[in-house]
Amino acid sequence: MSGRESLYELTAHELAALIASGEVSAREALDAVYARIADVENDVHSYVLLTREVAERQASDIDERRARGEKLPPLAGVPIALKDIYCTKGIETTCCSRILKGFVPPYDADVVERCRESGLVFIGKTNMDEFAMGSSTENSAFGVTRNPWDLDRVPGGSSGGSAAAIAASEAFLAMGTDTGGSIRQPASFCGIVGLKPTYGRVSRYGVIAFASSLDQVGPITKDVRDCALMMNVLAGHDPRDTTSIPTPPPDYTATLVPDVKGLRIGLVKEFMEYQGRRVDKEVDDAVTASIERFRELGAEVDEISLPSLNYSIPVYYIIAPAEASSNLARYDGVQYGYRTPDNGGDIIEMYSRTRDEGFGAEVKRRIMLGTYALSAGYYDAYYLKASQVRTLIRKDFDQSFERFDVLIGATSPTTAFTLGEKTDDPLSMYLSDVCTIPVNMGGLPGMSIPCGFSSEGLPIGLQLVGKPLGEDTLLQAAYAFEQSTDYHRRRATPIEERNGRRAAVVRP
Amino acid sequence: MRLTPEEVEHVALLARLRLTDEESERFTTQLNSILDYFEELKQIDTSGVPPMSHAVPMSNVLRADEPAPSLSPEEALRNAPDQARDCFQVPRVIE
Repeated sequence: MSGRESLYELTAHELAALIASGEVSAREALDAVYARIADVENDVHSYVLLTREVAERQASDIDERRARGEKLPPLAGVPIALKDIYCTKGIETTCCSRILKGFVPPYDADVVERCRESGLVFIGKTNMDEFAMGSSTENSAFGVTRNPWDLDRVPGGSSGGSAAAIAASEAFLAMGTDTGGSIRQPASFCGIVGLKPTYGRVSRYGVIAFASSLDQVGPITKDVRDCALMMNVLAGHDPRDTTSIPTPPPDYTATLVPDVKGLRIGLVKEFMEYQGRRVDKEVDDAVTASIERFRELGAEVDEISLPSLNYSIPVYYIIAPAEASSNLARYDGVQYGYRTPDNGGDIIEMYSRTRDEGFGAEVKRRIMLGTYALSAGYYDAYYLKASQVRTLIRKDFDQSFERFDVLIGATSPTTAFTLGEKTDDPLSMYLSDVCTIPVNMGGLPGMSIPCGFSSEGLPIGLQLVGKPLGEDTLLQAAYAFEQSTDYHRRRATPIEERNGRRAAVVRP
Repeated sequence: MRLTPEEVEHVALLARLRLTDEESERFTTQLNSILDYFEELKQIDTSGVPPMSHAVPMSNVLRADEPAPSLSPEEALRNAPDQARDCFQVPRVIE
């Protein structure tokens, strides 16, 4: 190894090269990551389950196959963290809800099968907001995750555990899901790379459903090359998900060239300002500096306004809860998961008590909202109306892509907020996704990459948005930007003292 | 549009959620503030606009109707809170 960094700090592609050349075994890489977890996990709490036995078997299997001279996939032997939303055969999967405590799926999600076939090693399941409903990971039934850059702050959500695991070097790769920003916003808060692919690009078979017309699976990684390599693992048609797009995916590493000359980039006004309120000054400044960087690299950047994006939040908070109220009807204490011990011998009482005791407050709030929006007489006023406004949002995006190849803006209006800051005010929590939600409305691919740090040392994310199936262009733009900066090389070290409290230290 | 506590109770029944009085009161306030927010959508003219749900046009995704292996009863029941004679067991439904 290079000696420059500890093994656990390497990117996945750096580690994969060392494993391929025989300098490091998959078992050594796994031991390094578990040693790192032992050091920082008490402070960060990225994981809700560690699967060391499974991981050791997978790693040893890779080492044995390599010793036999077998040709292995590019990421074989690299340890990965899985959000606790993917069904993993024989491994407990809870979606961080009490109602699924103890649930052991009898099958793997499509993306989990793909990870197994690619020789990835499963470190464990990561913390998340219950059923992916939240923007801070504070809605988990199993405790909060802390931001590795500042332990008093949230990692973002809902894929906060996966993002924190990557930022704290507790995993080389991680996976999340994104319904309204749940990959990109935590990637932004944790100073790493997150990609939500085009709706339908990655299968959701075996991924616990939240809002089916919006949910998408994607990678959370230390840099853009790792993201492209993970997309090669995840993308592809799956007949078991009827929304899966049949078009074969490209090799996503093919566009990793640091060249954006002539690329037309549109700065979206609505990603920088919502109902007259600008994003935070330091976020604004970092995005503005990024635009200058893109210009220096030869891209053409111009501003554009997409007015219908202003309706994204109300549209989202009709569509997502409506679909959730239907998807979560299955948790009734009959087939799997929790059942109340005290059902009074009555089935309605059994359902209601089970759901009352099994679901947390945010999940109940959204089920209530969604049930109301779909109840007799209100479907046209709410769900149908919202789905029509989605068409208008998408039309605005489509028109912008006649002028631009990639759209750009802030990933989130703020840097990571403090724990507990927004838990009593659902609407203010919802607004932290104001820049990411429109992208889910349009079904488009969106990505967050680090583009700076605030004066307090907190990471700032830059959002890039592409045309449908334009992940390759997004990755190229992101790669060119990243290679001209060093933000992606900074690592959080959440175990040193600062200002008398345990907090993150930026190094080098 | 203002939701009353009675409507909140009714929606809770539809959703099979049992709310405490305190939860019911809190949800009435919170749901109303969220519903107020939706009022903005009324300003938008959506007449003749089709609803959207997918990023690319797709319709009628069908597969051949062929029998294929599925979970065994034992596997399907492994996570059941209660079971009897290869079935999920629930409190009595029919008197």
